[in-house]
Amino acid sequence: MFETVLYEVRNSVAYITLNRPDKLNAFTEQLNKEVQLAIKNASRDESVRALVITGEGRAFCSGEDLAGVNDDMDHGEVLRKRYNPMIVELDKCEKPIIAAVNGVAAGAGMSLALACDFRLASEKASFVEAFIHVGLVPDAGNLYHLPRLIGHAKALELAVLGEKVTAAEAKDLGLVTKVISVDTWSEEVSQFAERLATMPTKAIGLIKRNLKTSWHSEFEDFLERDAQGQRIAGLTDDHKEGVRAFMEKRRPVFTGK
Amino acid sequence: MSNSFEFIETTTQGAIGTIELNRPKVLNALNTKMISEIVQAMEGFDKDDNIRVIVLSGKGRAFAAGADIDEMANASAMDLELLNQFVDWDRLALIKKPIIGAVHGFALGGAFELALCCDLLFAAEDAEFGFPEVNLGVMPGAGGTQRLTKLVGKTKAMEWLFTGKRITAKEALHYGIINQTFSKELLFEETYKFAEQLAKQAPISIRLIKESVLKAIDHSIYEGMQFERKNFYLLFSSEDQKEGMKAFIEKRQPQFKGK
Repeated sequence: MFETVLYEVRNSVAYITLNRPDKLNAFTEQLNKEVQLAIKNASRDESVRALVITGEGRAFCSGEDLAGVNDDMDHGEVLRKRYNPMIVELDKCEKPIIAAVNGVAAGAGMSLALACDFRLASEKASFVEAFIHVGLVPDAGNLYHLPRLIGHAKALELAVLGEKVTAAEAKDLGLVTKVISVDTWSEEVSQFAERLATMPTKAIGLIKRNLKTSWHSEFEDFLERDAQGQRIAGLTDDHKEGVRAFMEKRRPVFTGK
Repeated sequence: MSNSFEFIETTTQGAIGTIELNRPKVLNALNTKMISEIVQAMEGFDKDDNIRVIVLSGKGRAFAAGADIDEMANASAMDLELLNQFVDWDRLALIKKPIIGAVHGFALGGAFELALCCDLLFAAEDAEFGFPEVNLGVMPGAGGTQRLTKLVGKTKAMEWLFTGKRITAKEALHYGIINQTFSKELLFEETYKFAEQLAKQAPISIRLIKESVLKAIDHSIYEGMQFERKNFYLLFSSEDQKEGMKAFIEKRQPQFKGK
């Protein structure tokens, strides 16, 4: 189906693996497009209840492939045509999305990780706001997501100084959910993703939707969002199952419906 | 009401009459027959004493993606003049009862024009509107350039009509094209909640308010105010005015009969 992305669905989890290992999974136009389409597939596929985005080989993603950058390039158009549609597709997806950061996430690779809901980091992972080193500005939503995750001051520090952030430092900053040892990496990523895939999927989607709205809503408008969100969640089978399981003192079995 | 239509489906629920565009396989592409069925159904509801509010929506993934291009791709100017298809659209403007449009997915081209014929519009948060006609070397022909301009003014109307650019629900709300947005899952539920409230209002008041507001669009303020005044006086010959004012004085809820 894809040439630069591996796409596999296992136990209700869609694994989207950036697959240009010899180029540290650097973005090309094709890779942008294929990541976008893979996310769209996973969003539409009703059997998928969680997404994992990761990289093949030793890097997560090293950002834009600088081999393709030349003097005639309109950087704004590159974002509008290639990166923004990919990030918008990610943003529209109401299923939980995990960035399984297996190695370096640099430049737009870091932007991709920041746009996800969870970041799991391998011990070998690192984050680099590499843009400043080539005289550019973090893009593809990077500066939108970063201050929301770690605050303005830290976001500015990372973006301006462009220093490498190790997995452990990222954990301290609150940038990653968990640091995982290399030996148990794949199993723990799958465990985490499969756990999300057995949770009430619609409620997770509504939590994502309302949290995002909270950043740009008036309080009273937001309370109305709460009411609408809870009305929708209240109509799901998973809500009914959750209440039933509680009454019957057993573990609920959620179907995502 | 019997449902003998080919391209729409009509249902009633209490005092609410619903018309659903029903060609979901082609995203409810509008054809001349569908429009004439909509008009026929609207006129039916307008005459039906049990109906107080009309709701218009689309079945399937979208309100409607636009007009049926196949139907007119080979038409000549004379064909269209003689077909005189837009005369049906003129009759939509004569419906007296309030029409609420509920838009999900897309309302493009002719479907956007149809949405603009509604008195109130609600939309799903991810709904999109637009006039893509320009991309096909034509332009709106059922009121698009007129109704959109009256609503939002020349500046944005020109831009949207020139570019064919999609208008998001958020923009549509900002520019006053739609009344409110709802989570896509709740659009129809919330539309019906509103429709039920509207159906409890004094029907003759609603009727004459609609007529007077529409006058404001086309007439001078002087003429409009003369017209409004006559409608205001006219309401004092209704039973509902007596009941409404009596209930107010007696501090109770009024019971309106639409007489």
